[in-house]
Amino acid sequence: MQESTGKVVSVNESLVGVEATSGAVMNGEVAYITLEDGTRLKSEVIDIKPGNRVYLQVFEDTNWMKVGDPVTFSGLPLAVKLGPGILGSVTDGLQNPLYELVKEDWFLERGLYVDPLNNTTKWTFTPSVRPGDTVTGGSVLGSVPEKMFDHKIFVPFTMQGKYTIEDIVDAGDYTLEDTIATIKDPAGNSLPLKMAFEWPVKKPMPFHERSVPGETLPTGIRILDGLFPIAYGGTACSPGPFGAGKTVLQHTIARHSRADVVIIAACGERAGEAVEVFKDFPELIDPKTGNSLMDRTYIVGNTSSMPVAAREASIYMATTVGEYYRKQGLDVLILADSTSRWAQALRETSGRKEEIPGPEAFPMYISTLISALYDRAGVERFPDGGQGSLSIFGTVSPAGGNFDEPVTQATLMSTGAFWGLSRELSDARKYPAIDRIDSTSKYPSILTNEDVAFLRELLRDGKSISSNLVLMGEKGVTNEAFIRYQKSELLDAVFLQQNSFHETDGATSPERLRMMFDVVKEIIETPVDIEDKTSIRSHFNFLRQAFLDWNYTPLDSDQFSTRKTKLLNLVKHKAHVEENV
Amino acid sequence: MLKKTYENIDSIGRSILSIKASGVHNKELAEVIYPNGEKAFAQVIALDGENATLQLFSGGFGVSTDCKIRFLGKPVQVGFSEDMLGRIYSGNGQPIDGGPELLSDMIRIAGPSINPVKRLVPKDMIRTGVPMIDVFNTLVRSQKIPIFAKAGEPYNRLLANIATQTDADVIIIGGVGLKYDEYHYFNRRIEEAGSKSKTIMFIHTHRDSIVEGLMVPDLALAVGEKFALQGKNVLVLLSDMTQWSDYLRQVANSQDQIPANQGYPGDLYSQLASRYEKAADIDGAGSLTILGVTTMDDVTHPVPDNTGYITEGQFYMKNGFLELFGSLSRLKQQVNDRTRDDHRGIMNAMARLLSEADERVRAQKFGSVKDDYSLRLLEYRKTFQRELMDPFRYLELEDALDLCWDILANHFKKEEAGLSSELIDKYWPEQGSFKLLKANTHE
Repeated sequence: MQESTGKVVSVNESLVGVEATSGAVMNGEVAYITLEDGTRLKSEVIDIKPGNRVYLQVFEDTNWMKVGDPVTFSGLPLAVKLGPGILGSVTDGLQNPLYELVKEDWFLERGLYVDPLNNTTKWTFTPSVRPGDTVTGGSVLGSVPEKMFDHKIFVPFTMQGKYTIEDIVDAGDYTLEDTIATIKDPAGNSLPLKMAFEWPVKKPMPFHERSVPGETLPTGIRILDGLFPIAYGGTACSPGPFGAGKTVLQHTIARHSRADVVIIAACGERAGEAVEVFKDFPELIDPKTGNSLMDRTYIVGNTSSMPVAAREASIYMATTVGEYYRKQGLDVLILADSTSRWAQALRETSGRKEEIPGPEAFPMYISTLISALYDRAGVERFPDGGQGSLSIFGTVSPAGGNFDEPVTQATLMSTGAFWGLSRELSDARKYPAIDRIDSTSKYPSILTNEDVAFLRELLRDGKSISSNLVLMGEKGVTNEAFIRYQKSELLDAVFLQQNSFHETDGATSPERLRMMFDVVKEIIETPVDIEDKTSIRSHFNFLRQAFLDWNYTPLDSDQFSTRKTKLLNLVKHKAHVEENV
Repeated sequence: MLKKTYENIDSIGRSILSIKASGVHNKELAEVIYPNGEKAFAQVIALDGENATLQLFSGGFGVSTDCKIRFLGKPVQVGFSEDMLGRIYSGNGQPIDGGPELLSDMIRIAGPSINPVKRLVPKDMIRTGVPMIDVFNTLVRSQKIPIFAKAGEPYNRLLANIATQTDADVIIIGGVGLKYDEYHYFNRRIEEAGSKSKTIMFIHTHRDSIVEGLMVPDLALAVGEKFALQGKNVLVLLSDMTQWSDYLRQVANSQDQIPANQGYPGDLYSQLASRYEKAADIDGAGSLTILGVTTMDDVTHPVPDNTGYITEGQFYMKNGFLELFGSLSRLKQQVNDRTRDDHRGIMNAMARLLSEADERVRAQKFGSVKDDYSLRLLEYRKTFQRELMDPFRYLELEDALDLCWDILANHFKKEEAGLSSELIDKYWPEQGSFKLLKANTHE
């Protein structure tokens, strides 16, 4: 087939106008611009206009480009390569492995592209089909061990209709370049298959059979697992001003959540944050498998100083890889930080295209794109009865911390859990600074519905008493209300607040969470008959101290039960004031 | 390469010009040649068919339709050599200290970002001697962090203090939109501290063109990055990035770009990020730390807002004090577990109590604060401000931590501090045996 070609006619930062000179051009296809020195820059067709005018968004810096530079169109949409070897890797937004790129240059020089998956690694393939078997797109040909999983090798999902296995290799070691099977279509054409194939990033992978998220995905964070949970296959968002703790929240979830695979999409954020993950995770142990935490992690990073046009690609890249591992029957969690940067990238391009702007100059279609992205999460059931899930947690960085802006609003409409981050709470060092009153989740908690309602009622009461205290002082509220307030403050301090940098307190297992809740409940339900407010405060100070000491004690430590007993004694006897001072 | 000269200027604006030209490269450097032979620099910023749009380094004033434009066949570059240390340059890279021009290697500016795998996880504390920084929001090598302050706050004094009190190998001062006396102040402080020989200044003052102001961070960071690649620990000071953003807005506006918030271009975030992200601790080389200034009235203004999402925290200066709330060092957790075992604990306890005290301040206005505990909180707040929040009080970290314990013990009972029993046993000073706190101020 003759390649379509063109030449550059205009350059405006990452938006390049091209005159198509020969062949057809497809919206969304990848094109390469060749500069004077031979450097080829990857780009994507985003608009086709009258007069053979085509607009490209270039994934690289466009300096030194000039009018007349030749363009070749690839005929293929932007795609991700799927196969064994993705887990544990770190790539840029176009799936170039960063550890390979660095062998070429310390800096991310433009025009450097490396094969996304290693073509020389040998994988031990075990076939599961025989010649003569009938297969279709998504059928399993066999598997290879990848980290702790059996990685299924599929017939590419793009293949429609029925095929017959003509030939399949014996069990043994093969690279991604080797042909492992040959299949025949009904017309008798033979097609060779390898262990990896490509899928266009912007096209959602169809579900075999879609199911509804219904099981809590434990994150290790008490306020989430207890009050505002996310489910396997669910979606969550956390808008918040800078400094309220979005990043720490994401990192904590990346470390402690009980997913099989965690994909971190660092989209337009600080490079240092992605670095912390891929330098620390190899040293950390995944409690679920006992392997390195990096083994279950894939990081795709288009950080804030990398070319803006590739930000969009990085989000879709992460999602497509997530869908692929869901097809493997695994529970996948995507952490996208931050979807606002992606939206801003769209705004930049839209502005250069001189589209009529929507609110805050975002393009009108921004909400549709956001909803469509979150819709790619979900639970999927497979023909063999197994299931996999893809959960998406996206952060939002609203301008000025004001949630009334297009990206936050579109995200709130598209997600099942809302974790509002509050600067007031983070200033008071009440981490995680997730709003205790306004946050919501429609997914089931580790606690029962009644327990959740019980806690939320106390928190609401505490908040209203606290405003009375400001207005009227301690003398202005009854002892009963003051005790209720102290109880809600205690609940906040020992249960909702968590020190994510502490080895023990940093993550709470569902079992421990229930145990803690029982003690919290006992404290809340135990009447306190102390007369003066100073002593009431003192009582709760001692309870808090004892509870925190218990929180910081590992489950398997000798002190675990003695500290718990000490705490329960304090609750029961209220003998603290005299004893301890 | 053949240098092409063109004469058919189409339009001239405040800072941009368009001309019909062919074979011109995006971002190519050009010269404007005036009829009297004088020259000024310009850079190509957009191409459309045979039209090239250029950004004028000296502004559009005085440029006439009979000027010629000569394209120089090279991108904008900056000189780099060891001999630049001790020298002062303008925003177009020319020396302005009266010294000779240097023959030096030319290096590119605004180059691509470093591969993240070459970055190290930052782990070295930079001791500044400022208690609000060292104790509460520790500065870390390779951090990028601005001071948020109203115009008129003594932020440049703090910048100069930090520059001269730390152990950087190379200091680069990028002044954008400085008043002349501010420029003079930096120069004097650097000389007084004996740091001149390790300092390079790129200075843009209000009388220079805004395009030169826009260039200052790129020049400073390109030179700084080069020193860092040679193994040096470099500290880059950028003051004031709000001015810089304002220049960016003016140029975007003159190009008819669709504004996003308050007239700023939609790519303000990316533009700021590509500068601040130059900060890095480089594996196998040195480091680059950026300390900036972002003047502001309100933290939700687009410039501080976008900056906050990019930088690794901020120091918030108000009424001459460094505030605890509103300030943040995102990297402090990387280092403050290896300073002294009470560092994290006392930092959190002090902050929690101060936040409780702040609530009482509100309540006090309603006349509802009468109980003993609340009154002690309010006293604590005063002591905290007096003893710790002065950005110009020099204290070693260990002394500052001891002072924190003194303050706690002066105002609170042990169980009110919310600290672990181990730390209290080890550090809680007995009444009257304070290490640093002078008088027992609590009545």
